[in-house]
Amino acid sequence: MDIVIENLTKKYGNQTAVDNISLKVATGEILGFLGPNGAGKTTTMKIITSYIAADEGKVYIGGKLLADNYYELKKHIGYLSENNPLYHDMPVIDFLNFCAMIQDIEKSRIPDRVAEMIQLTGLKREQHKKIGELSKGYQQRVGLAQAIIHDPEILLLDEPTSGLDPNQIVEIRKLIRELGKEKTVILSTHILPEVEATCDRIFIINKGRIVADGTAESLRKQSQGSDILKVKIEDGEPEKVFKIIKALPSVSMVEFADRNLNRFEIHCTDKNVKREIFRLCVENKWVLTEMSPFETKLEDIFRNLTIN
Amino acid sequence: MKTIWLIAKRELNSFFDSLIAYIIIILFLGFTGFFTWISGSDLFMAGQASLQSFFSISYWSLFFFIPALTMRLIAEEKKTGTIEMLLTKAITDRQVILGKYFATLFLIMIALLFTIPWVITISKLGNIDTGGVICGYLALVLISAAYTSIGIFASSITNNQIVAFLSFLFIGLFFHFIFEIISGDMTGSLGKVINYLSVNIHFESLSRGVVDSKDLIYFGSIIFFGLFLTEVSLSKRNAFN
Repeated sequence: MDIVIENLTKKYGNQTAVDNISLKVATGEILGFLGPNGAGKTTTMKIITSYIAADEGKVYIGGKLLADNYYELKKHIGYLSENNPLYHDMPVIDFLNFCAMIQDIEKSRIPDRVAEMIQLTGLKREQHKKIGELSKGYQQRVGLAQAIIHDPEILLLDEPTSGLDPNQIVEIRKLIRELGKEKTVILSTHILPEVEATCDRIFIINKGRIVADGTAESLRKQSQGSDILKVKIEDGEPEKVFKIIKALPSVSMVEFADRNLNRFEIHCTDKNVKREIFRLCVENKWVLTEMSPFETKLEDIFRNLTIN
Repeated sequence: MKTIWLIAKRELNSFFDSLIAYIIIILFLGFTGFFTWISGSDLFMAGQASLQSFFSISYWSLFFFIPALTMRLIAEEKKTGTIEMLLTKAITDRQVILGKYFATLFLIMIALLFTIPWVITISKLGNIDTGGVICGYLALVLISAAYTSIGIFASSITNNQIVAFLSFLFIGLFFHFIFEIISGDMTGSLGKVINYLSVNIHFESLSRGVVDSKDLIYFGSIIFFGLFLTEVSLSKRNAFN
């Protein structure tokens, strides 16, 4: 099932939480949903789950209008909300049974399905404890288990790895990747490496508006405009090296990263520039001791797009 | 239907797990028992094999015990956010409300059932009016149903349980006796309407052993409006329904 959002707007009083957002998520796609606090991520997710209704705009899930078919469509959605609210007075296994029954899973399949979820999220030892007695990480696992217990076609995860230990984070990311092969996943998070590790596509919103939409690579390209190489050339006059490199046709700009250490930052428009630089070094008897492509961190892109 | 039952079952379990159920049953029995059997104006004082004193004390105890049960129903789920987890599953607002409503009502029925031994005891003491007793119990059940409905509404308008409790008292007091007092000073059709709104008037006519459709319609309407307003109030979060 795919998700199509058209011109979604949601206001809380005077405040516009979501401002005219349009978005398409294809089946089998994992979308990383980024944005600073209060950007409207959670509101958008709540609208997709039909927990709240939008003021304007339409949401289609699997080609069906959400507003008319929300009861039917809710069965295909698994949702892990931000604060991960759970019934703290219920034992894990009872709670999962309850969720399975509410989600209308066939009665004969429930015990297997619950056992499978417990296995998958590593709750075997905790299954008879009350949820309120579990640590935050374990509660997060219960939250994830209840979201996927009915094998939904759409998975909405609001910060799924918060509170988990590093090993579990790796496992959960792997699980999300696995699930994302057949399902449509929207994953909201603040942890940027997580987005790179799990998502096919990144969607950044700020103050309710879309500011970026694309793969991690295309976003990088967009924000840099050109590739950057970090180069250290020894045994040469810095000024002379600077001039010669700048004269190359595929180099758009050269900067001194550190004049004393002969380090340069080279902005280039062509991938071949590395070979040319190497050739220049050989011709001029310079020693090339360092040459590495500079990658803009996703953090920087995020900051550039969301500050102001 | 199955979903309503699931919600009700979970709610009942939570009543019993948190000991609320036991405390309410014991308090209800202790309170009504004390005034039926031990206090000054009790059964022996009256010298009649009648459950009248039990019914009138139950009328008052239910008024205070029901909001104690209903105040957490929705307010707590709103506060902890579990209402969101629940309503994003394949479930409607109405199913949640009805499930919680029936669970609470069922618990009150259990408490009322525990008073049956008293009926048996009193029937051994003298001739009791069986029809009157059945009508009296019917009246208690109807009052419980009506107050639970008001209680669940009070719980749905806030995420604070104390506010829910007090809101119930505020709304409930009007039905419980204020309408009756006001109507006493009024004449004409307005007086009649306000008099009709008083729970006590209907309770008294029922517990005298008269089952009138007027009374049944009255309680039915309170139940309906309470539940209807609960649904409206819950959908205020801006859901489609």
